[in-house]
Amino acid sequence: MPVVGTSVARKDGIGKATGAAQYADDLVFPGMLYGRTIRSTIPAGRIRSIQLDFDPEGFTIVDVGDIPGRNVVALIEDDQPFLVEREVRHLAEPILLLAHADREKLLTAQVRVEYEESPPILDPEVSTRVFKAIDIIKGDVAAALQGAEVVLEGVYRTGHQEHVYIECNGVVAVPEAGGVTIHGSMQCPFYVVKAVKSLLGPQIGLRVVQTETGGGFGGKEEYPSMLAGHAALLALKSGRPVKMIYDRLEDMVATTKRHPSVVRHRTGLTRAGRLVAMEVDVLLDGGAYVTLSPVVLSRGCIHAAGPYRCDHIAIRGRAVFTNTPPNGAFRGFGAPQTQFAIEVHMDRIAEALELDPVELRRLNALAPGDRTATGQVLREDSSAHQVLEEAVRRTDFVRKRQGLRGTNRGIGLALFYHGAGFTGSGERTLRSRARLDVTPTGVRIAVGSTEIGQGTRTMHAQIVADTLGIPYYAVEVAQPDTSVVVDSGPTVASRTCMVVGKILEECALELKGRLNGQSPAAWYARHGSVSIERTYEPPSWIQWDEEHYRGDAYATYGWGCDVVELKVDPLTFEVKLLKVSAVQEFGRPIHPALARGQVEGGTVQGLGYALLEQVVMKNGGMANGQLTNYTIPTTLDTPPLDIVMLENPYPGGPFGAKGVGELPMDGPGPAVVNALRSIGYDVRAIPAMPELLATLDPARQQP
Amino acid sequence: MKFILNTKVVNVEAHPLARLLDVLREQCELAGTKEGCGEGECGACTVLIDGEPVCSCLVPFGQVEDAEVSTIEGLLGQHPLQQLFMDEVGAQCGICTPGMIMTAITLDAQASDEAIRTTLAGNLCRCTGYSAIYRAIEKWQANR
Repeated sequence: MPVVGTSVARKDGIGKATGAAQYADDLVFPGMLYGRTIRSTIPAGRIRSIQLDFDPEGFTIVDVGDIPGRNVVALIEDDQPFLVEREVRHLAEPILLLAHADREKLLTAQVRVEYEESPPILDPEVSTRVFKAIDIIKGDVAAALQGAEVVLEGVYRTGHQEHVYIECNGVVAVPEAGGVTIHGSMQCPFYVVKAVKSLLGPQIGLRVVQTETGGGFGGKEEYPSMLAGHAALLALKSGRPVKMIYDRLEDMVATTKRHPSVVRHRTGLTRAGRLVAMEVDVLLDGGAYVTLSPVVLSRGCIHAAGPYRCDHIAIRGRAVFTNTPPNGAFRGFGAPQTQFAIEVHMDRIAEALELDPVELRRLNALAPGDRTATGQVLREDSSAHQVLEEAVRRTDFVRKRQGLRGTNRGIGLALFYHGAGFTGSGERTLRSRARLDVTPTGVRIAVGSTEIGQGTRTMHAQIVADTLGIPYYAVEVAQPDTSVVVDSGPTVASRTCMVVGKILEECALELKGRLNGQSPAAWYARHGSVSIERTYEPPSWIQWDEEHYRGDAYATYGWGCDVVELKVDPLTFEVKLLKVSAVQEFGRPIHPALARGQVEGGTVQGLGYALLEQVVMKNGGMANGQLTNYTIPTTLDTPPLDIVMLENPYPGGPFGAKGVGELPMDGPGPAVVNALRSIGYDVRAIPAMPELLATLDPARQQP
Repeated sequence: MKFILNTKVVNVEAHPLARLLDVLREQCELAGTKEGCGEGECGACTVLIDGEPVCSCLVPFGQVEDAEVSTIEGLLGQHPLQQLFMDEVGAQCGICTPGMIMTAITLDAQASDEAIRTTLAGNLCRCTGYSAIYRAIEKWQANR
């Protein structure tokens, strides 16, 4: 019986609900030590001296001199060291590593570091060090702006956002014959291989095993490479297993966050509301090292004009250096920032032109056949109008908005889209692989894609079972262990279903031909094991010019329209969310319950981003690095969610599936702010904390 | 020191100021109780002490002398909510799940939606947005 499109029992089994599932901190090895990182306490300067103020008996101590290979976390640019050599570029930068069998002794060991401080650059708007600049040019924006009947400008800001996966970063490094094995919480085991191999040099063998991972959201994309490298150095020097688990404060202060942004819009329109020119300037605060900022900027810029058609667009983006911990991957990857800006700007345009915000979007939303900012011609699997109309219909948006006028209740919407998979030619360069092994009982999936809660194992097994025409239970999924599975590319960018699922579908098709009507188990009994491995080939029609940012930026897009209903307490300025509707189209859901979980969870992360989650930076570091004072939505902050999954199959995805992971993150920020605007709060930044709303009180703005 | 752990009387040697969480995970080898924040905010380490849900990261071990401590392992995988959390995708990454379930099992059969929200307010989940957790609880309530 086919299982795609049904919510079959998950491959996770029941272990997550019984406590039996093994996370990094649950692993215990004989003779294991605990590791600790000594970090910088200044945002910029040079190390003058390091002094150990403890009895080193029983300690393993690693400094830069102990690094056998290269002291760089290999990723895009080789600029970030595993351990500071001399120059400190941000607060909480790793300087020295300690390990000890006794956790109390380890935590009380004092290390005195003296610095020569230099003035830090903390404001991205004054930083002149540009990590990456991008220009997307379509038509002639200067001329179109001059000819426009109406021009509207605006500046929009978003803050840092902390991932708050409930399991902090953690790994255990275990010395084994000829090298070291890393067991850890991570999204991308092969990223860890690349970075740690370069750190340890070619003589030392390396195996990376992903343990059950307690949430990622991008926060375990690049950072685990750093942590794994540290644990490996301690394990190799001590000759013993070393466990390093960050506590919440260290995790929040030292690891990556969503890039803060400043986005400027200058938009030309006809009086009737047609977009004729869009000039957009995107600034991202990259932090102290390049890490993933160029690609975050890239996705942010490509989505910066929103899901709208306009013949004249100029998008200029920069990601710049500041003396703060590097910002990194976070669900949405630049698009939530830029779509916050355009969607709030659109409601300001509607206000200025005295148009209904729905009408303005109907006039301008992209449809099949239209060209995006990069010149991509959209195909039939584009659903901006469908998600908009369904959201407006089911929430009775227009009438409700009229009815709420003059009250402290508001309703707002946001229309958005999200490209699935790597940008441009990224998937072509990645050449991701997948493998299927025939086993005595069926088949085994051997991919590097990680299960981090989203349902990778289950959804991949569904695709393989239906393609082969075998029962779902006959498909098993290997734990990502780099000595067993192939490199399927990172588990990021809403690509695990659409891209890796597609390669698995192709493996299964090829295997089906080979089996010639027999079941895999029957074939195994007669011939023994066989494996089928395939490499991803993106659709041949994808053309991308990386130099000029022209062409097919993504193979396909998911589309969404969120509607937020809320009220504001006129005395405390607290916002109470009343209801959130999310209408989203991402091809065809393979497992509807898991897909719904992505939309619900992503939407609530977006609501936290909009209203609650404020990273307070002081002297270049997070000053509220605890869950006591950095708050994420609890049950009481989360309103009833009305989720609709529209279907519009993408022919290049397995069973018509697109990516879904990031799309839901793009809408809630602007939908919340547009609902606040409908009450009279002229909000142009998130999080929209009560302190901000108090300064925008419409009751006091009246003349 | 003696206490009752998942219905059995046990005698465990640990510093009275050690966190109950660490004693459970390390001395008692019951790693199903998870640490999320270490400051009583996230609820991942929730266990029941004499039937009340508490954050075991905030409890000094000495306080549970003669008390009854229940952890996720004590449910033996047989509580209906455990399977329902998986089936309804109330667990995604699963790290909050043991604590969430330990709190949820204290709900009475007639608990209103409001009471469910209030009871679970001390257990953070970053994956689900809570809706699927409510669906699991509703199914359990309907069949109690």
